[in-house]
Amino acid sequence: MPPVITVEHLRKVYGHHVVAVDDISFAVERGEIFGLLGSNGAGKTTTVECVQGLHTPTAGTVRVLGEDPRAHAGALRGRMGCQLQESRLPDHMRVWEALDLFASLTPGAGDWREQLEQWGLAEKRSASFSSLSGGQRQRLFIALALVSDPEVVFLDEMTTGLDPAARRIAWDLIEEIRDRGTTVVLVTHFMDEAERLCDRVAVVDKGAIIALDSPRGLVVRYDPLEQVVFSAPDQDVEWLMGVPGARSVTRRGPRVVVEGTGPLLAYVGAALVERGLTPDDLRVIEPSLEDVFLKLTGHLVED
Amino acid sequence: MGGRRGGTRVLLKLAWIELKLFLREPTTLVFTFAFPVVLLFVLGEVFGNQPGGTDERVFAGIGAMNYYVPAYIAVVAMSVGVIMLPARLTGYRAGGVLRRFQASLVPVWAVLGSQVLAALVLSVVGSVLVAAFGAVFYPVHFPDAPAQLAVVFLVTLAAFAGIGTLLGAVMPSTRAAQGAGLMLFFVMLFLGGAGPPTAVMSDTMKRIGDFLPLTYAVDAMQAAWNGTGWDTTALIVLGALALVTGWLSLRVYRWG
Repeated sequence: MPPVITVEHLRKVYGHHVVAVDDISFAVERGEIFGLLGSNGAGKTTTVECVQGLHTPTAGTVRVLGEDPRAHAGALRGRMGCQLQESRLPDHMRVWEALDLFASLTPGAGDWREQLEQWGLAEKRSASFSSLSGGQRQRLFIALALVSDPEVVFLDEMTTGLDPAARRIAWDLIEEIRDRGTTVVLVTHFMDEAERLCDRVAVVDKGAIIALDSPRGLVVRYDPLEQVVFSAPDQDVEWLMGVPGARSVTRRGPRVVVEGTGPLLAYVGAALVERGLTPDDLRVIEPSLEDVFLKLTGHLVED
Repeated sequence: MGGRRGGTRVLLKLAWIELKLFLREPTTLVFTFAFPVVLLFVLGEVFGNQPGGTDERVFAGIGAMNYYVPAYIAVVAMSVGVIMLPARLTGYRAGGVLRRFQASLVPVWAVLGSQVLAALVLSVVGSVLVAAFGAVFYPVHFPDAPAQLAVVFLVTLAAFAGIGTLLGAVMPSTRAAQGAGLMLFFVMLFLGGAGPPTAVMSDTMKRIGDFLPLTYAVDAMQAAWNGTGWDTTALIVLGALALVTGWLSLRVYRWG
């Protein structure tokens, strides 16, 4: 099956010399959740907005469902859903009016009342846009993106402004959307979100993709060391260097951190028991996407 | 998918929403509907509607209110066109409403068209209010050529809506658009025949008036109302203005 989205050598320069995106290429396969992960200003939003046909690329080609989103926008109407990072609706527009309007863009679209329920907006049905909280607006925009039952949906920082509980609900719903067969392009600067949701993640930094793989694949490739941690005050633990796979042993106050590869926890555990030590907080810390990100970009994501 | 028919449905839906949005905004509501009636009330109290007498030269012997009511129908169309439309369109752009629409591939002609459709309905309502006020209180006679009046009204509205969408398309901010719109409105109101009639204007005023679309709209509207035949020059000027501004707005319209 051909990819849902192909981007080849995309370049976007604003004005004369502000290079927002520099030679980005990737393909999004049908039915996956594809993530663009990076800090603010990395070029993620410019990239997806070029893909959505909101900007004309300076160079390179973009195809969505086989169509050029700039030249053949009409052919994509209703097949592509978008939740934009910065946008509004008219202040006095009511929630149901917006859903009804966006549903009417696609003849034969699903019932917008379902979206109202799904995104917890039922009791806000007749509220005006300006009276909605940030989280409610965000949920309305996601609902609008999905109301035409699109084949591919773009979600740009969709959980920004949502409280933790609403974020989890949103994550579950995004997975549900994917399970229904909709391809999802997710732009985020939240590591946990990318790790939890994405089938594949492109790490974007300074206008370029610097790594692209599944979250697990990225970790294995770029930061394969795991850490085994336990408390052992006043014990000499240097001998743990002899455990298979161990690379380093560090003491941090009462805590000992063994870094290494392989089934490290099992070997360390066995070695400790052999020496008569049974710390009750022995655990493994797996490297996270955040560690990979730090390693790849040399900086953390700033909020 | 959808194509033109789907687009028309979207256009009508958007226009209907626009009308509802308008009703939810008291300021524009008052300005569009009440302001022309208040001005007309002042003029009516000062000049009355007796034909002949001292007013003969000034109001072409037709009675001041028979002169002013058709003029204020043109003013209603102007107010909707140059004040409401640009403020609405620039407000939508600055707030990201247009981006929101564009991202969902709402056609640009449907966005602009819905504004124009809403403007049509609102100016018809405003005009009926103006005419009814004149008919009830002064009494202004029924238009002599109603069909002609309808044609003139449509062309007038098209011209002002064209100017308004063009302002909305090129003005950088809502404030700038409102400023430009209000300035155009008042200059035209006072020099375009809706304030002092052309007969009492100085040569300078008349020369400025010749460049104002409202002058032509007032002339054409009065000709239809009072049955003095078609004002072809005025219609050509207004029609050309509508075409040029409409074409330009579609060309230069920026979404983001």
